[in-house]
Amino acid sequence: MKPKLSDVLSHAVLLLGAAIMLMPFVWMFFTAIKAPSEIFEASVWPWPRTWYGWGHFQEVLKTAPMGQFMWNGLVVCTGILTVQLLVAIPAAYALAKLPFKGSEGLMMGILVALSVPIQVTALPLYMGLSLAGALNTYFAQMMPFFLSMFAIFLLRQHFKSFPDEIIHAARIDGMTEWEILWRLVVPSARPAMAAFAVFSVVAHWNDLYWPMVVITTTDLAPPPLGMLLFANAESGANYGALMAGASLITLPMVIAFLLARKQFIQGITMTGFR
Amino acid sequence: MKQPATSTGSQLAWVGMGLAAPAAFLLVVLYALPLLSLLLLSFTDYELGATALRWVGVENFQRAWNDPVFIRSLRNTLLYMAIVIPGGVLLSLWVALLVHQRTRSRSFYEVIYFLPVTSTLIAMATVWQFLLHPKLGFINAALRAVGLGETAFITDPAWVIPVLSFIGLWQMVGFNMIIYLAGLAQIPPDMYEAAEVDGVVGGWERFTHITWPLLAPTTVFVVVTTCISAFKVFDTVLALTQGKSQSEVILYAIYLEGFQYFKMGYAAALTLIFLGLIFVASSIQLIKLDKKAHYA
Repeated sequence: MKPKLSDVLSHAVLLLGAAIMLMPFVWMFFTAIKAPSEIFEASVWPWPRTWYGWGHFQEVLKTAPMGQFMWNGLVVCTGILTVQLLVAIPAAYALAKLPFKGSEGLMMGILVALSVPIQVTALPLYMGLSLAGALNTYFAQMMPFFLSMFAIFLLRQHFKSFPDEIIHAARIDGMTEWEILWRLVVPSARPAMAAFAVFSVVAHWNDLYWPMVVITTTDLAPPPLGMLLFANAESGANYGALMAGASLITLPMVIAFLLARKQFIQGITMTGFR
Repeated sequence: MKQPATSTGSQLAWVGMGLAAPAAFLLVVLYALPLLSLLLLSFTDYELGATALRWVGVENFQRAWNDPVFIRSLRNTLLYMAIVIPGGVLLSLWVALLVHQRTRSRSFYEVIYFLPVTSTLIAMATVWQFLLHPKLGFINAALRAVGLGETAFITDPAWVIPVLSFIGLWQMVGFNMIIYLAGLAQIPPDMYEAAEVDGVVGGWERFTHITWPLLAPTTVFVVVTTCISAFKVFDTVLALTQGKSQSEVILYAIYLEGFQYFKMGYAAALTLIFLGLIFVASSIQLIKLDKKAHYA
């Protein structure tokens, strides 16, 4: 009987923690479908007593271009990921398999830059973009992230373990390095690239700081900045609409996470095993 | 990219340089030059739009030292860390140990605890702001229901940093849990069997003798990432207080000076202090890893 008791206890602790983890999500959704009069009652029970419907959601969609925010997030994340891979893949291959003068210096630079966050380079990059007249564009939102140290680092590790004999044989067969890279080496690192893609998209979809710095108009705002602009516009206590807005902003990532749970957990925690 | 079948080492070196060139170029444009300009800027009184600038030496750094807002933001960050680091390590490890023992329900708990990690923080912080609302929020409604009255969690300076730390913990426990689960998976089961032979039998003894010491590198990593995320707190402050109730944090101070008041010189100095703190936190890991290599 003893192990049973410890199982019950461990489930009790885990379920209590799970309830705290889920509490904001539960309240967010149920408040979004609750009548304003019920929200003001401040009950301790989250679910609505009477069916109110999707009124708050309609209100949000009327006042804030949620679709546009999502589209902007999609454009920015896709753009960033594409350039990151196009830059990192050749560099990682060169650093892993083609010893050249200065490769150690480059690797050092990458290692240092790995721990420099965007909030540090934001100030000079902002001034540069301002001089170039490129503020408030998709380009300004994407540019600082074109070089992913993490992608180079991760892919280099993977490419290093690619067998040298295959590369030699391919060279003798007359394949160029470019062909070897894209037709032999890159396909072997597909799982690592998928995990990196998840990491990159989640990070940039949720990023608020940099868009706040460079974006000033609603039509270019990604979802987090859109949420902020919407929350500021909804000053006062219109929590029904606010929670409907928060639900819409959170929904894409929650759905993506539930669909690709393994890749998400792997991609985001991959940072732990570098 | 054409090359003869028998390419020599030096030819390959040229190809390598070519392939790495875009990355090297971006490293200069996105990191080296910005860091250099940041350094130069921090010794001037430059303001965006100003036609002239003056070399002021270390004046900006002295000013930071006497700036009550910046000092408060440092103090707030320290208090935040004092709560979030032990909390983040112990809670995540506890959850990870419990989840590790589960078999059928393991992925169920993993999903729930990891959910806050992926969700858009600014949206969830808005939800927390609602939950903590003195009149309409669930938390105060629950406190009233059990007769504890209301607490002004967001507007009371004594509460605001603990509340921000709690939200920080809520967001990071799932991440740390996964890191700890990976660490736990690497402890060979025969370690525990061998220890049992040596008389280490109790659950607590097993933990202090085997699990905790073997997880030390994992804990170092968790502490480092938690420190760095503590330095980077921004979204929750913005959503909950906009820096009111004396809740300024480092990034919020930098954001205001740089992008609201456009005092670029001063903001550059604050940014360098911020970068210094990040480097100190990251170097904790280097020292430890080095030690481990010595024992190996």
